[in-house]
Amino acid sequence: MTDLGSNIIGIEEDRVTNTHSNDFPAYSQSIGSGWDLEAFKKKFQLNVSFITERTANFDLIGLDTSIANAYRRIMISEVPSVAIEYVYIFNNTSVIQDEVLSHRLGLVPLKVDPDLLTWVDQSADEKDKFTDENTIVLTLNVTCTKNPNATKGDNRPENLYRNSNVYARDLKFEPQGRQLETFKDHPVVPCDPDILLAKLRPGQEISLRAHCILGIGSDHAKFSPVATASYRLMPQINILQPITGQDALKFQECFPSGVIGINEKGEAFVKDPRKDTVSREVLRHERFKGKVTLGRVRDHFIYNVESTGAMTPEEIFFKSVRILRNKAEYIRNCPIGNVN
Amino acid sequence: MSDKEEEQPVENKVEGSESAENQVGQQEGGDEDAEMEEEDTLDYEKIKLLPGASEDGSIASFQIVDEDHTLGNALRYMIMKNPEVEFCGYSIPHPSENKMNVRIQTYGDQTAVQALHKGLDDLANVCAFIEDEFLAKVNAKDFATEEP
Repeated sequence: MTDLGSNIIGIEEDRVTNTHSNDFPAYSQSIGSGWDLEAFKKKFQLNVSFITERTANFDLIGLDTSIANAYRRIMISEVPSVAIEYVYIFNNTSVIQDEVLSHRLGLVPLKVDPDLLTWVDQSADEKDKFTDENTIVLTLNVTCTKNPNATKGDNRPENLYRNSNVYARDLKFEPQGRQLETFKDHPVVPCDPDILLAKLRPGQEISLRAHCILGIGSDHAKFSPVATASYRLMPQINILQPITGQDALKFQECFPSGVIGINEKGEAFVKDPRKDTVSREVLRHERFKGKVTLGRVRDHFIYNVESTGAMTPEEIFFKSVRILRNKAEYIRNCPIGNVN
Repeated sequence: MSDKEEEQPVENKVEGSESAENQVGQQEGGDEDAEMEEEDTLDYEKIKLLPGASEDGSIASFQIVDEDHTLGNALRYMIMKNPEVEFCGYSIPHPSENKMNVRIQTYGDQTAVQALHKGLDDLANVCAFIEDEFLAKVNAKDFATEEP
């Protein structure tokens, strides 16, 4: 059992303990101090492990789950991005149905900076709804033909036919109005050009026009800018009694490689708890009873954000923080009405 | 205990009046058309006071539309961090209605509305701080750019 006010979540063989935050003044004066931004600033830590083009991994330390979780939720469902929303099909003689093809098109992540588009006014007239400020037009025109130069004896469709596979890279950007200028340096392309959209055979054709608009993940998952956005809590391993010799090797094997080290005296020590998956394997062995406790640090969040490619992952997190701030400020400035 | 609690509301009132002044100052700085427009576009539907609030305003429930657990839980935490607040809870009464209810009970030295506003301000300030920290870290470029 852990003490009241401890920020370690206990992980035992068959239960978890101390899972809730209780740092509230109304709970206990001794552990729950009132909100103090300066104290928070002192306690708060942000460490970035790595940021690649598509993935970011960073730690936020010292904040409450409710706020950490809000950022995660916002990244998934409220950070806007651009996706195909309307598809106008001129001809589709392929075996894949219009609506299925349209759905597949919608899910293709596009490399568009969402800040370059404005929101579509859904209440506007149909003819004024789409402008060069809020809509991106893509076209897809593919016809499959026989390959006259096919090698004899090679029966692969790629050899026998031309355009037998329709890929995301076949979507062509058609700049409208001022988009010729605004998108000059970064034309709209799918983030992953090799997504297979449809298969064709000679004589079959797909000809369509797609309108891409801004949207958010809570409306449709295709608008979510992240493939995954998640956090886990920092694992903690406490070795209570020395574990040596054969036991140390066995102990090391209970954890993923790199978590437990063995020093020159043959004694096991915790090398890198961050790598632990908290599998609890070690708790199944009688010989380690009472020698080790497992836990997680309640206010140490290890975020992993994987972008679909339209925005950098750090931009997505940054936007999520800004969105939560805007929500709070917006409601702060709203007059409080009465329910009728 | 009593010393602290007597001081707190005074401090909060001062903070409140300061921010109100700042807003007025900003509005005066902007042009008149923008000011008029802001008056017209005030959102009276976003947050409402639910029936059943106490006479002195120390206990009240609010209903916020188009919000969910994202804001609800974070706001509840921030309001509960206020030493003047005895209880705060939120609920989403029905999953297919986009409404969120927040109930606040204070000890009486602060009204529920004041506690709500303090919670919202605190939340916005935390976000502003994390925003700055994150931006500074990213700009420092002091991290790996390849997945280990």
